Amino acid sequence: MEYFHSVRLDQEKCKGCTNCIKHCPTEAIRVREGKARIIQERCIDCGECIRICPNRAKIAVGDGLEKIRGYRYKVALPAPSIYAQFYPEVPVPRILGAFLALGFDAVFEVALAAEVVAAATKDFLLKHRGPRPLISPACPAVVSLIQVRFPALVDQIAPLETPMDAAARLARSKAVAEMGLRPEEVGTFFISPCPAKITAVRQPPTGLLSQVDGVLPLAAIYPDLLRASETAREVDPVAGPRGVGWGVSGGENASIGLNRLLHVDGIHHVINVLEGVEKGEVTDIDYIEAQACPGGCVGGALMVKNPFVARQALTRALASLELGPGYSPEELEARVAEGECQVAGRVKPRPALALDADLDNAIAKMKLLEDTLATLPGLDCGSCGSPNCRALAEDIVRGQAQDTDCVFRLRERVRILAEEVVELARKLPPSMAGK
Amino acid sequence: MDRAKEELVLNFQVQGRDFQGAGVAASQIRRVLKQVGFDPQVVRRAGIAAYEAEMNIVIHAYRGTLSARITAQEIEIVAEDEGPGIADIELAMQEGYSTAPPEVREMGFGAGMGLPNIKRCADGLEIASEVGRGTTLRARIVIKGT
Repeated sequence: MEYFHSVRLDQEKCKGCTNCIKHCPTEAIRVREGKARIIQERCIDCGECIRICPNRAKIAVGDGLEKIRGYRYKVALPAPSIYAQFYPEVPVPRILGAFLALGFDAVFEVALAAEVVAAATKDFLLKHRGPRPLISPACPAVVSLIQVRFPALVDQIAPLETPMDAAARLARSKAVAEMGLRPEEVGTFFISPCPAKITAVRQPPTGLLSQVDGVLPLAAIYPDLLRASETAREVDPVAGPRGVGWGVSGGENASIGLNRLLHVDGIHHVINVLEGVEKGEVTDIDYIEAQACPGGCVGGALMVKNPFVARQALTRALASLELGPGYSPEELEARVAEGECQVAGRVKPRPALALDADLDNAIAKMKLLEDTLATLPGLDCGSCGSPNCRALAEDIVRGQAQDTDCVFRLRERVRILAEEVVELARKLPPSMAGK
Repeated sequence: MDRAKEELVLNFQVQGRDFQGAGVAASQIRRVLKQVGFDPQVVRRAGIAAYEAEMNIVIHAYRGTLSARITAQEIEIVAEDEGPGIADIELAMQEGYSTAPPEVREMGFGAGMGLPNIKRCADGLEIASEVGRGTTLRARIVIKGT
């Protein structure tokens, strides 16, 4: 199967250092022939490599602003975390207005959709009778992580829409109802804090078609937005603090408003929690809000501001009087009663780690892997281009590397050879011996 | 033609009362099972059995070993320990029954669910124990469709 990935390598800039391979949560990168190579089956587009690369050689490819011209009526869908990139220097109504100045016909706040998703999640959690904890589907990097590294947990991903998809659906139906347009004339464009959302739109994990027509990385349009915000007319926000709070870690749980909800952010912390779930150790929790980026979406890999400064900014925006009233409780109740936000498609595992399709062969390879690992130094230095000794052993077993790729193994081989040379040099032909 | 069946054995030392290192052996076993490519539900069951068996050594015994014997037909988890042993195995199998000391319970362990959990996950469970010597636990997970 072909995988689409937003995270790519800039060949020119890559120096072949080993920073990215060691930070990748799915061991999806190798350095080969002096350049980083991304293993397509394993990459989850979390953006950790973008964050860590000292040479800015990892990039995310999304849609450009020119794509919006292909639609008669263009709607911007800014993630709530986006506000934090401009606030408090730019007040929220002018941040929203900036999108109109940029050429959009309307702005629909993803935060507003998040309010409906939160209500639907609460309802779902109260009725759910099955394995717990359920896991939020909102962060696409976490969903991909589960598909690749925690396949036994895919059925625990709550079968609900993400705020991004719900926003696209609501924005389109609003435009159709109010402007008398045909659905295909409306273009919905998510303004994204991260590369994983770009991938989630091109290749949704449920296999269903996304409601979103394009994804614009925040970093790519940031200068334009900043300039536009200076003179933009104000657009009154509709979403309230409960929806906007989704931009920071813990905000989703706060808006669901039940007990026994856990939130975790930062992909390596998420892995830690998911391992606990897999062990059966996390038993008293009903729902996990897990986000790959530090601090939540405000720490997205395609953001501009420092994640912690951004988190503080969003917290201040939540406490300000600049946000909207949000949906009323009655409205939310009615929407949930209609079954809004439920999705039919289920997330399937992405078995990218198995050594062989045949179990017997795989076990044989696994034995070879363990034996090979025992011959490696265990320093996990990464000089071989694989993230650690175990990964090199795996690559050797898969036929994608050899033991002399390890500098310590190579040095050992050179030493043995040198000793043999010295040994041979001492030998004399019988005609010369004794003279 | 019937070819030789591959068997992989993994062994790990487990130290009693080492709550910080607890669960590492089971994690390694789970990782290997995933990499071999077992069905996710098989990995889940074997992983829980291994984790609970490892925790039993940490909570109750002085030291022990956790092993996994892996073939395409079956996964066997074996936990062998030197420890106080189990006086009444039938009683130990009851949900909620535990002899874990209060300080262990305070850490959130010793809820008396370990052995019942292993039994739920395994297709076969054997426990042999001698009071004052130690306990050997064997849990088998049969791979369907082989």
